[in-house]
Amino acid sequence: MKFTCLSKGGGFHFPPCHMLNFCGFRILFDCPVDLSALTIFSPVPTGFDSFPDEESCDFEFVTEKRQKVEKPLGANSLIRAEPWYKTVKSLHLWNISQIDVILISSPMGMLGLPFLTRMKGFSSKVYVTEASARLGQLMMDDLVSMHVEFRQFYGCEDSGFPQWLRHEELELLPPELREVVLGKDGTELGGWMPLYSAADVKDCMQKSHKLKYAEEVYYNGILAIKAFSSGLEIGSCNWIINAPKRDIVYISSSTFVSAHAMTFNYCALQGINTIIYSDFSSLRVMGDVEDENNYFPQTADKLSSLSSQELAESSLNMDEHLEEREKLGFICSCALECVKAGGSVLVPTNRLGTLLQLLEQISALLESSAMEVSIYIISSVADELLAFLNVIPEWLCKQRQERLFSGEQLFAHVELIRRKKLHVVPAVHSSKLLTNWQEPCIVFSPHWTMRFGPVVHLLRRWCGNPNSLLILEDGFDPKLALLPFEPIAMKVLQCVFPSGLKLQKVEPLIKTLLPKIVLFPEDLKPQISLSNAKSFSVFHYTEDDTLHVPCQKDSSVFEIATDLASQFHWKKLMQENFNISRLKGELSIDHGKYHLLVGKEQGSSSKHSSLLHWGSPDVQKLLAALSKMGINGSLEQGISDTESETVHVVHVQDYKGLIKVGTRSTVISAADESLASLIFEAVDSVLDGI
Amino acid sequence: MAIDSLILGAGQEVGKSCVVVTINGKRIMFDCGMHMGYLDHRRYPDFSLISKSGDFDNALTCVIITHFHLDHVGALPYFTEVCGYRGPIYMTYPTKALAPLMLEDYRKVMVDRRGEEEQFSSDHIAECMKKVIAVDLKQTVQVDNDLQIRAYYAGHVLGAAMFHAKVGDTEMVYTGDYNMTPDRHLGAAQIDRLRLDLLITESTYATTIRDSKYGREREFLKVVHKCVSGGGKVLIPTFALGRAQELCILLDDYWERMNLKVPIYFSAGLTIQANMYYKMLISWTSQKIKETYSTHNAFDFKNVHDFERSLMDAPGPCVLFATPGMLSGGFSLEVFKHWAPSERNLVTLPGYCVAGTVGHKLMSGKPTKIDLDKDTQIDVRCQIHQLAFSPHTDAKGIMDLVKFLSPKHVILVHGEKPKMVSLKERIHSELGIMCYDPANNDTVSIPSTHYVKAGASDTFIQGCSNPNFKFYRNSAGDSDLNDKNFMQDVQVKDERVIEGVIVKEKSQKAKVVHQDELLVMLGENRHELQFAYCCPVQIIDLKEMKSTYLNSRNSMLCLSENFSWLQVLQWRLSDEIPEGNIQSYGEHLQIESFHVSLCLKDSCPYRVQDNHQNRMKSMFFCCIWSAPDEKLARKILSIMEKLNLSKI
Repeated sequence: MKFTCLSKGGGFHFPPCHMLNFCGFRILFDCPVDLSALTIFSPVPTGFDSFPDEESCDFEFVTEKRQKVEKPLGANSLIRAEPWYKTVKSLHLWNISQIDVILISSPMGMLGLPFLTRMKGFSSKVYVTEASARLGQLMMDDLVSMHVEFRQFYGCEDSGFPQWLRHEELELLPPELREVVLGKDGTELGGWMPLYSAADVKDCMQKSHKLKYAEEVYYNGILAIKAFSSGLEIGSCNWIINAPKRDIVYISSSTFVSAHAMTFNYCALQGINTIIYSDFSSLRVMGDVEDENNYFPQTADKLSSLSSQELAESSLNMDEHLEEREKLGFICSCALECVKAGGSVLVPTNRLGTLLQLLEQISALLESSAMEVSIYIISSVADELLAFLNVIPEWLCKQRQERLFSGEQLFAHVELIRRKKLHVVPAVHSSKLLTNWQEPCIVFSPHWTMRFGPVVHLLRRWCGNPNSLLILEDGFDPKLALLPFEPIAMKVLQCVFPSGLKLQKVEPLIKTLLPKIVLFPEDLKPQISLSNAKSFSVFHYTEDDTLHVPCQKDSSVFEIATDLASQFHWKKLMQENFNISRLKGELSIDHGKYHLLVGKEQGSSSKHSSLLHWGSPDVQKLLAALSKMGINGSLEQGISDTESETVHVVHVQDYKGLIKVGTRSTVISAADESLASLIFEAVDSVLDGI
Repeated sequence: MAIDSLILGAGQEVGKSCVVVTINGKRIMFDCGMHMGYLDHRRYPDFSLISKSGDFDNALTCVIITHFHLDHVGALPYFTEVCGYRGPIYMTYPTKALAPLMLEDYRKVMVDRRGEEEQFSSDHIAECMKKVIAVDLKQTVQVDNDLQIRAYYAGHVLGAAMFHAKVGDTEMVYTGDYNMTPDRHLGAAQIDRLRLDLLITESTYATTIRDSKYGREREFLKVVHKCVSGGGKVLIPTFALGRAQELCILLDDYWERMNLKVPIYFSAGLTIQANMYYKMLISWTSQKIKETYSTHNAFDFKNVHDFERSLMDAPGPCVLFATPGMLSGGFSLEVFKHWAPSERNLVTLPGYCVAGTVGHKLMSGKPTKIDLDKDTQIDVRCQIHQLAFSPHTDAKGIMDLVKFLSPKHVILVHGEKPKMVSLKERIHSELGIMCYDPANNDTVSIPSTHYVKAGASDTFIQGCSNPNFKFYRNSAGDSDLNDKNFMQDVQVKDERVIEGVIVKEKSQKAKVVHQDELLVMLGENRHELQFAYCCPVQIIDLKEMKSTYLNSRNSMLCLSENFSWLQVLQWRLSDEIPEGNIQSYGEHLQIESFHVSLCLKDSCPYRVQDNHQNRMKSMFFCCIWSAPDEKLARKILSIMEKLNLSKI
């Protein structure tokens, strides 16, 4: 088994990407896009917010100017061109046509998939949970429709290599931006791709095989693949792959606490031989994020180790739950204050969990404080998204499922829409919005990078208002993200939401799962030391390095039907404690197993003569065997063959037949068929054979 | 090992479906239904047959409910709350959501209307449902270390599922009720190809073959339309769930198209609430409804309103959906009493009514008077239309499913005895599958599959994983085939017949190896065992023969005399054994392992000495072959001995 980490990703929106060579199959885990790299581009300028100093400039002039003055990073430094998208660079070093299987663990892990499926020679089987597929499709559709703004502004590009990606241009970029384009070591240029089209997305969806919860599918009959919920997002999952020689569980970023998605089902992952732990999220400890006004101090990590039994119901879970609730409660109270002061609240989030919970809590809070404030969700796919969320009880957490069983709507938004508290519109310019628009208000709208989508327009409208509030996710640099909107007077709140396992839960989790082998990120080694574990061995992997993991089982298991097994003619060998039998049957490879069945044409013939012989026959024994059958044989003496091999010649039945006996071979010659077969029997009896 | 199926209900009848299957020590109860036709102890399955002591927790591994109809789930609250079963219960999400509605509705009818003593309370239903584990379609559920279950779409009602159960190597499917053709709101049953030992299937329509659904739907719409346009009232007695939604989709759509303004009513809040469940569970409906839900949810009925009791005698036409379905009591019967005497009105009846209900009486013949009880008699003058569409599969569907799954044994349940017998015979004679139709409280025992496990070497596995394509030409076709026909006449099969050696070393696990590996394993050298024979072949008039031969193929270069003889032999042999693949290697010919070359030695050891043939006219061909090709070799030899190479 060979494992290569292609990218360790970056947070919730950019999951890791790995390649696994296993059982002769090549499996790719996830195909994400680093959308945070979009922040190097400038959003499309609008009438009331144009670039004052460059309105009439052509591109050459701008670069000249930059060359002259080494200006600090500012709104003008951003690239003004139709954006390209940054995919996992190492993925393009692989031959796409040789990837057998692609497993998508979350909607976010799907965003880069059309880049692959539109390539010539793509032939992989893509497996994705039905919920991830639907959400992923909506996200991609939204991405494509938001990207249209750029196309409309910059016009259709002359399909060539864009100006900004040229070497000369990159040299001129401020170092912060250049690092985003090229990566730290300057190798990531190859990952940039122009966005796929709506048709590419459709084609990609057609090429994906959608799975139900814990549905077992078989690739090539021999790999059994199953998805279990990871808790991170609706439809996100961990994978179990069973093969005849090894069982693997792939753990993507998982959480024990979820207020919307079905929670991490770790019980189903127990007792699997090999764990690939791919969650890097505990690396990203909330660091030096400088917020304008508010800042969330992270609760001190309790590094106490947990016993495995405590894992699921541990007090830490309760803490985490409580912490999340407090956090949301705080955000809601900030939002309430803001609208009370006459400001509007803007939430550019693409995290469904956050969106749904904030929506429910804020509307409840507004109601309890008797405030009549409109809530808007502005997105080209919001309608479909909300409709979808109310029809997938199978992928929701226990509490939500209970609502189904007691006959309530799964989420509050259905009721909010009905009561006209919540307005769902496709775009800022849609008539439904214009006729309903009331400020102050609370708006949920993509995109979290704040480079395109309705959020850009609203941010320009409110960024100068100190009463307004912007609620940001973590996982990107807010300074760079807000650069085009400087100077900013509105309040900004950046919050960390769970995007994986908490550090202190990793070790107890792995111990609970009782693996034999664990593949673990080298980067997490300082924080989590698994090396003192005795029950399993740990292999640490690093980005762009291939890890070889030795095989443990030396043979695959064959299942032989009893009716076939009863036909075996066991033969005890002369030399040792061996019993052997010839085996013939129809092979069927299905459900991850090799089955051997009685073939259609196969009769249960009573007698089998051996086809393979070994050892060398004793001539005297042969003569004895012959005479036992009533055949006389006479030994011709002293004939020796050229190859220094002793050869005895036995004449049978007065020269009617002849046996030439050597150490390595015996030749029987007789014109009469029955005589020949009798001689064969005699020789067979003095040899080992099968 | 065996599979024992104890039929506790729906054996040679319809009602109280309940089968307890024991597979390799695991015991599963499939369905726990009640019989609508009985009011005494016969309404429930005889649970005492599972465990005399009543210790059901130890007697059963789990209970599986296929769908929310009362004849499949009706006895569950009684079994869990009164009999005390506390083990796991599995059903699909929709069944878990909708079953309590059905149970509660039934309980109300029993207690509130008929004034019976209640068998279970509302709390019982709630408590019972708490114990239920909901599963998704195709979700592989590991009940315990050995038992694995999986639900497949059955299409009968929302959330109906066929259940696959697997213990060790033994696999079975219990279908529950299913429908092999899609209807207005549900898709057709779907299942994987499985290797089953046992299939337990329903057989409601064991002998019926149905025609297209659209004709029957059109007919229904026509009678309803005719009735309301004549100012009549239409009573559609249905259960709150399932048929109500299907007919409602049909009518709502028709009302839109025909721009009808006649009101459609639902009798109680129940169905309206049920529609909400349907909206949330839309992913369990048909493909068409699923695709359009985000723009318009098919269960948002535009023309449907709640029914007020006062409307019962209001003038003017209307359509009313009322529960229960078979006019067995409750509101639908009450409305029936009011509406039946007018010939302008219409009552539709479901395709199947349990004996003893008013619905059943109306279906049998054309009664003009119905006795409700000894005091009440109703004049029946209204029109009666029997709905010809049923969410059950017809006989063709059952046969298709059985053929597709090709189980080793089939048990028929949920049907009427004479029809089941005829289906049983069909399955046995047409498909060659053992089939049973046990009565209630019978047990059917069948053997179960078991596999012997053995390790296999890598080399062997690699050898197995190469496809072994074989091309078959259909000999039945005409000889003058054009290209297109030719393509159809060639069949490609990937037949993986594999051969190897299984080795059992004392106190070790058996291992399958390739025969070449065996010797390495044993540390032995191969000993080649061959047959040889130097065969005389008659030749006459060498020159003539040669010239003719050369003339016919003058472009060929003859390298030597010997060579041409061998070629002549090849040519003749290919005439005699057309199926043999004769390969020429210049100095010798080869057919499988049979190796033949011209023998010019004066005394070949393989030449039989006392051969008294005319040597002047014989050539000797030395043949050598290995044991497996002995038969072929002897055939070739006998041909060669008869050959006379003079004639061409």
